[in-house]
Amino acid sequence: MNGKSVLSCPDLKTRSFAWKEILLTGLSVFFVMIPFCAIFFILGKIVQKGIGTVTWSFLSQPPLEGMTAGGIFPCIFGTVAITLLMIAIALPLGIGAAVYLTEYAGQGLFFRITRAAVNNLAGVPSIIFGLFGVGFFILFVGRNLDHVLKTGLLFGQPCMLWAAATLAVLVLPVIIVSTEEALNAVPQSHRAASMALGATKWQTIREVVLPQARGGILTGAILAISRGAGETAPILFTGCAYFLPRLPVVKLFGAIPMINPFDQFMELSYHIFIMATQSMNAEKSLPIQYGTTLVLIALTFLLNLTAIIFRIHFRKKLGQVSLQ
Amino acid sequence: MEAVSVVSRKYAPHEIEGDIKTELMHKESRFTELILEKVLLFAGISSILLIGLIFIFLFKEAVLFFKTGHWLDLIGRWVYDEWEGKRIFKIMWQSVSLEPKYSLIPLFCGSFLVAFPATIISAVIGIGCAIFLSEIASPRLREVLKPTLELLAGIPSVVVGFVMLAMVATFVQNIFHTHFRLNAFIGAIGVALVTLPIIITISEDALRAVPKELRDASYALGATKWQTVFQTVIPAAISGISAAVILGFGRALGETMIVVMATGNAALVTGNIFSSVRTMTANIAAELGSVAQGSEHYYALFLVGAVLFAVTFLLNMVSELVLNKMRRNLRM
Repeated sequence: MNGKSVLSCPDLKTRSFAWKEILLTGLSVFFVMIPFCAIFFILGKIVQKGIGTVTWSFLSQPPLEGMTAGGIFPCIFGTVAITLLMIAIALPLGIGAAVYLTEYAGQGLFFRITRAAVNNLAGVPSIIFGLFGVGFFILFVGRNLDHVLKTGLLFGQPCMLWAAATLAVLVLPVIIVSTEEALNAVPQSHRAASMALGATKWQTIREVVLPQARGGILTGAILAISRGAGETAPILFTGCAYFLPRLPVVKLFGAIPMINPFDQFMELSYHIFIMATQSMNAEKSLPIQYGTTLVLIALTFLLNLTAIIFRIHFRKKLGQVSLQ
Repeated sequence: MEAVSVVSRKYAPHEIEGDIKTELMHKESRFTELILEKVLLFAGISSILLIGLIFIFLFKEAVLFFKTGHWLDLIGRWVYDEWEGKRIFKIMWQSVSLEPKYSLIPLFCGSFLVAFPATIISAVIGIGCAIFLSEIASPRLREVLKPTLELLAGIPSVVVGFVMLAMVATFVQNIFHTHFRLNAFIGAIGVALVTLPIIITISEDALRAVPKELRDASYALGATKWQTVFQTVIPAAISGISAAVILGFGRALGETMIVVMATGNAALVTGNIFSSVRTMTANIAAELGSVAQGSEHYYALFLVGAVLFAVTFLLNMVSELVLNKMRRNLRM
């Protein structure tokens, strides 16, 4: 820093610099190791302790003997059902929002306010979504629907529909942000070319922009599913059940089985939470807890990994397009 | 749309029949375009709408607490104590009792005792990681490390809570010989793991946004790598880094499942990090399931939620403003 002193005895100064440099580099390498060690510790321990439990019968049986034996099939079914319902609600809304923001809104005040709202929504604590689900979806929307449609108490109670809607609000920012990124990556010249051929704005979006952004949108959807499958706090009060002797399935026209969105459900992450904290016999159910955790973490990891690989592939492809 | 109308106007005098046809088609397509734009606009404002609805529905229920409760109840309540034989001012959250007490002070204590250490831990580690990723790692190494970090961000918080509860808690108790097996410190470690990816991502973005010219100028003056990092790069990116830390603190305050599982959930007024605590989030998660809708207890829980939402909303806004300002400055 002080040029004079460096000049006066260069040797000593450089040596102490070198030491400091190596030390600081070492320190930063140490810091980087910490998160990776944490990942490997969590994964390793759960795989090690859970792998013995996860068998075919564990995956295909319902809980037995007061939740101390048997499997977790209803939880897997519930998780898949609720995430499907969630993505069916969130995906159209999220894609629509992203399309509007990138193609129609411009860069003005509206854009900035929406941007801030999306970022803020992403930072809302997950338990707040749970409160919102109870206060808005169940008590306001649900009870009023019951009142208007005279359906007794069908909508105004915790059920899969409201849990999925609550989760959809939570994952909306994930979908908006990644769809926006995908849309912005489509070169402006392609839009101009389409418009020059006489296509309207919507035709351009439908025929040119969206097909190219497909990969990025899919990545966002997968990330959203993985996020939704792992969240517990928003569904605590909006439809999750500790134990349900039946699957949330209804026979449509008496024959075609379909997911029943008005039933409660069991779910993997809630199952882990409830077994670990409120189980009748926590010691005895410990293998089930590890097994369930392993199944959940395998599910979210596979989804995340797919999304990451997809995105790398997608970015490379778009990079080539814009080079041509 | 404009391009099309220019074309049709040009052809109009020669092909009248064709012109009418295109006009008609135009009208139709213009109508669909308009409808579609309105539908998309609705989707576009959905996030603003949702934030607004969360505000309204939290505060609507929270305000009803004051129908029966007094604002002083949120600090403490004068209660006759049988042991002491006199009335004393009790600062506690005790919702199930003959004289329920809804003091927010123990919950603030809990939230702070978890979120503050968690933010410090994840800020130190996270900024270290960010410096490594942006200044030291080769682009190749970064491409391997960053997706792995995303996997850490992808671990559900209930899993982290379970690992803390089932494994780390006993391990830490054996080292520090703490009175409580589940305490604020265990929660803070877990929460730090969750906020770490956020802090790393945002501060790395801030560091990488610093123009290369600044680094080159520093090197040209004879500075070493780390002198450049500490005296040029970090000062230039400091607003982005502080936004990252603020955002991390907001996330730490809002984390629910980890604290519900790993902090013991005893609502104590304490400053001891190795004591059991109950955070605002854990309080809602633990009690909302067993509360009668419309009771004072129910409204008190929504009040806790409203306070939590207001605090995290402010923190998010501050970090958003700081980040926006930094982006604008760096573009100039």
